[in-house]
Amino acid sequence: MKRVFGRPKSMKDAAFHYCPGCGHSVIHRLIAEVIDELNIRDKVIGVPPAGCAVLAYDYFDVDMGEAPHGRGAAVATGIKRALPERIVFSYQGDGDIAAIGTAETIHAANRGECITVIFVNNGVYGMTGGQMAPTTIVGQVSTTTPGGRNTNRDGAPIDLSEMLAITNGSVYIERTAVNTPRNIVRTKRAIHKAFQVQMQGLGFSLVEILSACPTNWKRSPVQANEWIGSEMTKIFPLKVIKDTTAGDREALE
Amino acid sequence: MSEKLLMRGTHAIAEAAVRSGCRFYFGYPITPQNELTEYMASALAGLEDGVFIQAESELAAINMVIGVSMTGKRVMTSSSSPGISLKQEGISYLAAQELPAVIINTMRGGPGLGNIAPSQGDYFQATRGGGHGDYRTIVLAPSSGQESADLTRMAFEYADHYRTPVLILGDGMIGQMMEPVVFPDPIDPGSLPPKPWVLDGAKGRSSRIIKSLILDPAAMEEHNWKLFRKYEMIERELPQAERFFTDDARLVAIAYGTASRIAKGAIKRVREMGLKVGLFRPKTLWPFPARELRELSSVVSDFLVFEMSTGQMLEDVKLALEGRRRTHFYGRPGGVISTPDEIAKVITNIYYRQGLETET
Amino acid sequence: MASKGKQWFIRLDRELCKGCYLCESVCPLGLLSVSDRLNQKGYYPVHYKEQDKAVEEHQCKGCALCAIVCPEIAIEVYRV
Repeated sequence: MKRVFGRPKSMKDAAFHYCPGCGHSVIHRLIAEVIDELNIRDKVIGVPPAGCAVLAYDYFDVDMGEAPHGRGAAVATGIKRALPERIVFSYQGDGDIAAIGTAETIHAANRGECITVIFVNNGVYGMTGGQMAPTTIVGQVSTTTPGGRNTNRDGAPIDLSEMLAITNGSVYIERTAVNTPRNIVRTKRAIHKAFQVQMQGLGFSLVEILSACPTNWKRSPVQANEWIGSEMTKIFPLKVIKDTTAGDREALE
Repeated sequence: MSEKLLMRGTHAIAEAAVRSGCRFYFGYPITPQNELTEYMASALAGLEDGVFIQAESELAAINMVIGVSMTGKRVMTSSSSPGISLKQEGISYLAAQELPAVIINTMRGGPGLGNIAPSQGDYFQATRGGGHGDYRTIVLAPSSGQESADLTRMAFEYADHYRTPVLILGDGMIGQMMEPVVFPDPIDPGSLPPKPWVLDGAKGRSSRIIKSLILDPAAMEEHNWKLFRKYEMIERELPQAERFFTDDARLVAIAYGTASRIAKGAIKRVREMGLKVGLFRPKTLWPFPARELRELSSVVSDFLVFEMSTGQMLEDVKLALEGRRRTHFYGRPGGVISTPDEIAKVITNIYYRQGLETET
Repeated sequence: MASKGKQWFIRLDRELCKGCYLCESVCPLGLLSVSDRLNQKGYYPVHYKEQDKAVEEHQCKGCALCAIVCPEIAIEVYRV
C-alpha cells in the first residue's frame, strides 16, 4: 500500500486557522510540496506578511522571519543579499504587495533581486474584515465600498504583475488561480518554476495567485471559486505575464 | 591601530563601521550625511563580501537592515532627522524581534523639512522610542570625530551583545568637521562569534521563527517584561558621561554633541575669569547617566542645560535631579550655532545672579 | 470496479474538515457526501461513502482531485 497524496514534509503538523475554503491553505500546501520536490527545505527562508497569513510560520517547517506590513520584498532583499545561496521567498497579500508595499516590491523587482514573491490576490483585505483592496474589482462590494467599487472614487483595480513585468530585473511573472483542480496544478507548476528561476540565479520571480476569500466575499467556498472563474479572471487573466527564461528552458524543465 | 587620519565625522563613522566587520549598508541620500552613504558605497564595493544598496527610501533601507540582521550579520543604515522618522516602524520591529542593528542619525533642523543646519531636535525621538510600543533604543552621542569612530565600534558591540538596535546621535557639525582619528584594528566578520538564533536555513536543526506578533496578551506581557528587564540591565551597565572641570565647580553645564564642544570653549573662558564652572557631558543619552549626575549634584547647586533645541534633554536632567537642584536652560534651535562667547555670557549671568561667587 | 491490478482509496480526517465541500463538488464519481454528524469544530464534515467497504470494492480511481482541492490536507490518497 502506498500513500500517493498526503501532507508534505515541509508542512508542520498543525491544523490551519484559515477559513473554510480559503485559498491560503491550498497555496501553503503547494509551496511546501515544491520545497519537498526540490529538496530545499534546509535552504529556504520565508517572509510572511501582515494579513491572514501572518501566522504562516506556524505551518511552514522552514526558517521564517516576519516583515512589517508591506515590507516583505525589502526584508527578503536583506536576507538574500546576506545569504545568496539560500532560497528566499516573500508571501504577500494584495494589500501587502500592491498598496502599502508597492514601492518595495517594484524596486526589488527593478533591481532584479533573486527572490521569489508569492502574491495571493483575493481582492479584499481579509484579516481586517473585508475592506477594499487594490485588486477589488469595479462593482465589487466590500466593507469600505458598500455600494461596490467605483472608479471615480477609488480608481480601477491595479495590475501589479503587469507593472512589475516592465521592470528590467523581473524575469518570470505568472498569474494563476487555485479555484479548480486544474488551476491548482498549474499554480504548483508556476511556483516550482519561480523557485527554479531563483535557484538558477536568473532574477526576480513572482507568481500571482487568484484565491478565494469566501468569508469576506460572503459566498460559499464553491461559489467563491466559481466567481473567480467567471468574474475575477476577466480583470486578472490567467497567463504567463513575463518569461525571459526562454533560453534556459531546458535547465528549468 | 591605524595611523592618525584627518577625517570628517561622517567618514569616520563609515570607516569605523567597516572596521567593525560591517559588510552591509542600506541608505538613502539626505543632507547633511550623504558623505556617509557615499563612503559606504565605495568602501563596500571594494570588499568582496560588501553589499551596498541605495534603497528606494529610508523606509525600505531599515527593512533591508531587518532582513540582514535576521541572518546574524552586522549591518548599518544612516539618515538625518526626517529620514529617521521614516525608519521608526522598522526600529520598533528590530527592538521587538531583538535584532541587532546600528542606525546613524546626523541631526538637522526640524520639525518637518526643517533645514540642513546642525541641531539637536531629535533627542525625544531617539530616547523616547520614536516608534510605537514598549521599547528603548540605546543612544550614543559623540562629540568629536574620534568619538564618532569609537562609539560606532561600541555600537556594533552593544547591538550584538544586547540584541537590540543602537542609535548614534550626531549632528551636521560633527558630521562635517574634519578631525584627527585613530582607528582600532579591523575586525574580520568571519571571526565574530556565531549567533544561535539566526535564520540561515534549517539544516541539521529545527526551523526557527523570528517574529514580534504575540496574540495572547499574557504571553505578550511576558515578552514586554523580558524586554524591560533587558533595558534595566542596560541601564545598570551602560551609562557613560564625561566630567570636565567639575571637581570644584559651583555651576555645571550639561550638554552633549556639538553643544558640549561649544560649552567646553565657554568654560575655558570663564575659568580664566575665575568662575568655578564645569561640564557634565552624557555620552549615552539612553540610558541617561542619571546616577552619575545625581552623584555630581550632591556637591553642585546649579546646573545649566545647553541644547541646540527648545529643551529635550532638559527633561531627563530634571528627572534625574528630582527637583533638588536649580536647573537652568539655554537653547538655540533651528540650526543656529552658538559661539563659546555667547555661552560664556549665559554662564556668567547665571553664576552672578545666583550669587555663586560668594560660595565657599 | 478499479482498473486491472490497481486499487485506490482515500482516508478523510473528519476532524480536520471545515465543511467547504470543494471535494464533494469535484469528485467525478460522486463518492463524497455531507455527513449529518457534526465534528468537534462544529462543521458537518464530508463523508467518504466507500469508507466502510472492503478495499477491493472501492470505486475510487485515485484521481486525487478531492485531495488536491482540499484546503485542510484532510484527505490522503492511497494506492494498493
